[in-house]
Amino acid sequence: MAKAQTQAAYFGEFGGQFVPEVLMPALTELERAYLEAKDDPAFQRELAEHLAEYSGRATPLYRADRLTGYVGGATIYLKREDLNHTGSHKINNTLGQILLARRMGKQRIIAETGAGQHGVATATVCARFGLECVVYMGEEDTRRQALNVFRMELLGARVHPVTSGTRTLKDATNEAIRDWVANVQNTHYIIGSVVGPHPYPTMVRDFQSVIGKEAREQILAKTGRLPDAVVACVGGGSNAMGIFHAFIPDEAVALYGVEAAGEGLDTDRHAASISRGTKGILHGAKSYILQDADGQIQGAHSISAGLDYPGVGPEHSYLKDSGRATYVAVTDDEALQAFIDLSRLEGIIPALESAHAVAYGMKLAKELGPQAQIIINISGRGDKDVAEVAAVLERKGVVL
Amino acid sequence: MSRISDTFTRLKGEGRAALMPYITAGHPTLPATEALLFALEESGADMIELGIPYSDPLADGPTVQRAGQIALQNGATIPRIHAMMRRVREQGLSIPVLYMVYYNCVFRHGEERFLDEAAASGIDGLIIPDLPLEEAEEVEGLAAERGLDLVYLLAPTSTPERIAEAGRRSRGFIYCVSLTGVTGARDRLSAAIEPMLRRIREATSLPLAVGFGISRPEHAAAVAKLADGVIVGSALVERIDEAPDETEAVNRAAAYIRSLRLAVDQARFRSANVG
Repeated sequence: MAKAQTQAAYFGEFGGQFVPEVLMPALTELERAYLEAKDDPAFQRELAEHLAEYSGRATPLYRADRLTGYVGGATIYLKREDLNHTGSHKINNTLGQILLARRMGKQRIIAETGAGQHGVATATVCARFGLECVVYMGEEDTRRQALNVFRMELLGARVHPVTSGTRTLKDATNEAIRDWVANVQNTHYIIGSVVGPHPYPTMVRDFQSVIGKEAREQILAKTGRLPDAVVACVGGGSNAMGIFHAFIPDEAVALYGVEAAGEGLDTDRHAASISRGTKGILHGAKSYILQDADGQIQGAHSISAGLDYPGVGPEHSYLKDSGRATYVAVTDDEALQAFIDLSRLEGIIPALESAHAVAYGMKLAKELGPQAQIIINISGRGDKDVAEVAAVLERKGVVL
Repeated sequence: MSRISDTFTRLKGEGRAALMPYITAGHPTLPATEALLFALEESGADMIELGIPYSDPLADGPTVQRAGQIALQNGATIPRIHAMMRRVREQGLSIPVLYMVYYNCVFRHGEERFLDEAAASGIDGLIIPDLPLEEAEEVEGLAAERGLDLVYLLAPTSTPERIAEAGRRSRGFIYCVSLTGVTGARDRLSAAIEPMLRRIREATSLPLAVGFGISRPEHAAAVAKLADGVIVGSALVERIDEAPDETEAVNRAAAYIRSLRLAVDQARFRSANVG
């Protein structure tokens, strides 16, 4: 029993199922249901139809000419996940998981959320399919993202503010897992990123892999060749795994994951689990995490609530150690500048999360020079961040 | 035979169920924990579960979460907890003590180092609530080499295959989680206990101890009739938490354990007479 399962559950040494015994049968059931659904053409057809008709896929791959001209380097393409229904890539996964929950006969859905994008995407599909929805959100984040709290409530979800620990995404995830432990018989937990115990990191990656599949076809159709690099932000890492996955076999395509350096990697206020973390276990999986010498999880910090997480999906840790992907970090200030730059140059307001990818993508484009072409994943739109950015700029005395 | 197994064997001979209180190490302070360990032993505890405070305790409800936060704020690091354990053993604490510890604390210290230090500190066994059978093979071997009992948990949701495997691999006893949920005092005892114990009994002759949601003497008495051990955590931690000072915390904890001891012993005595 132990062997067969442990192998599929791991990416190299990362991953696994470090959860209370109560949940183990549910994870086995979920894995079985997912594998069956994955191989069922009817399920895949239904999912593709919802992605197209409900979320508006395929999302465009957009050549950002003014941004390219401004940087003066590689041609920059933007994968416009911000144009999905609900405003981010998160709906790719919530649509997949809600169809799976229906197959398993679960009546109740729970989710955790940081910035609120995954919470909104979950509340949306629950409204669409008429299932009860409870979203756990750190109290600190309910304040930073009040608009998204209202959106979720409008969609019929109950938002449960979490007051334990650091009151952010980490603690919201703890609370969602505790709810699942108590209600596992009738409840499906829609995890929003490529984190958590097996099979979540694999399943969420598969649901998000539509991003990379489309982007790869689109860039080949537009330019006749693969990009030199693909850039995406990494908190838990679902948009990055989604766009990376199709390119992993293309060894000439460099993959860059951009973590949040917060106030700087040499301060204790960042969220760079891969760049500065150590191996450990968080939320059921072994990966790189931010922790002290005793294994106590440390608080993360980022201007972007969605990246404010002291862990990362186990497959990213594997891609880092195997050298297939490179992980870099971008500070709050750099992300803020990119947020403004993309708004001004392209008329696209990115999510603060995505602005981290834009900031690094601009640096990289310059380094690679005009012969090269890169794709930056715009994982979500920035409407939710406008109030927070206005407040930060005011504190800094910046006049636009 | 470990000290834990010896204790269950002796109690079985006496027709009694084991009483196993849980406290969080360093809650409210490490000196208080030291005093509490002796008070629990004197008041009738047969073995003690000592929780290592953790920042992200997935299996715990608000009471134990809060106790852990207080302990961490007051500096209850793992090296200090080991040192306190060594001290209480030198001062004569004789009943078995198990660490209830989340796996990341073990992993981060290095499994061998953590287990070496636990064994050297006079610890008898380990309960790792987020280390299921699938992930535990290495720790299980390392613990056995050091004479530490690795206790597995089973829950009402556990399948027959998992029950059989835990029955083969658990050492000392099996920790039977009374309900699908996290730790915390409940008003009523879970109805899942009796059918779960029946299923587990069929698969193993190991002692079965029941925990989660047991708070009142009558709960403890009811469980004592069905199982070999009764685990009480959050209800005890609440009493420690609510006490105005550490002396009073020790007094209240002792009084509570005495009331549970009485209930547990009378339950068996009555049922023996009736039966």
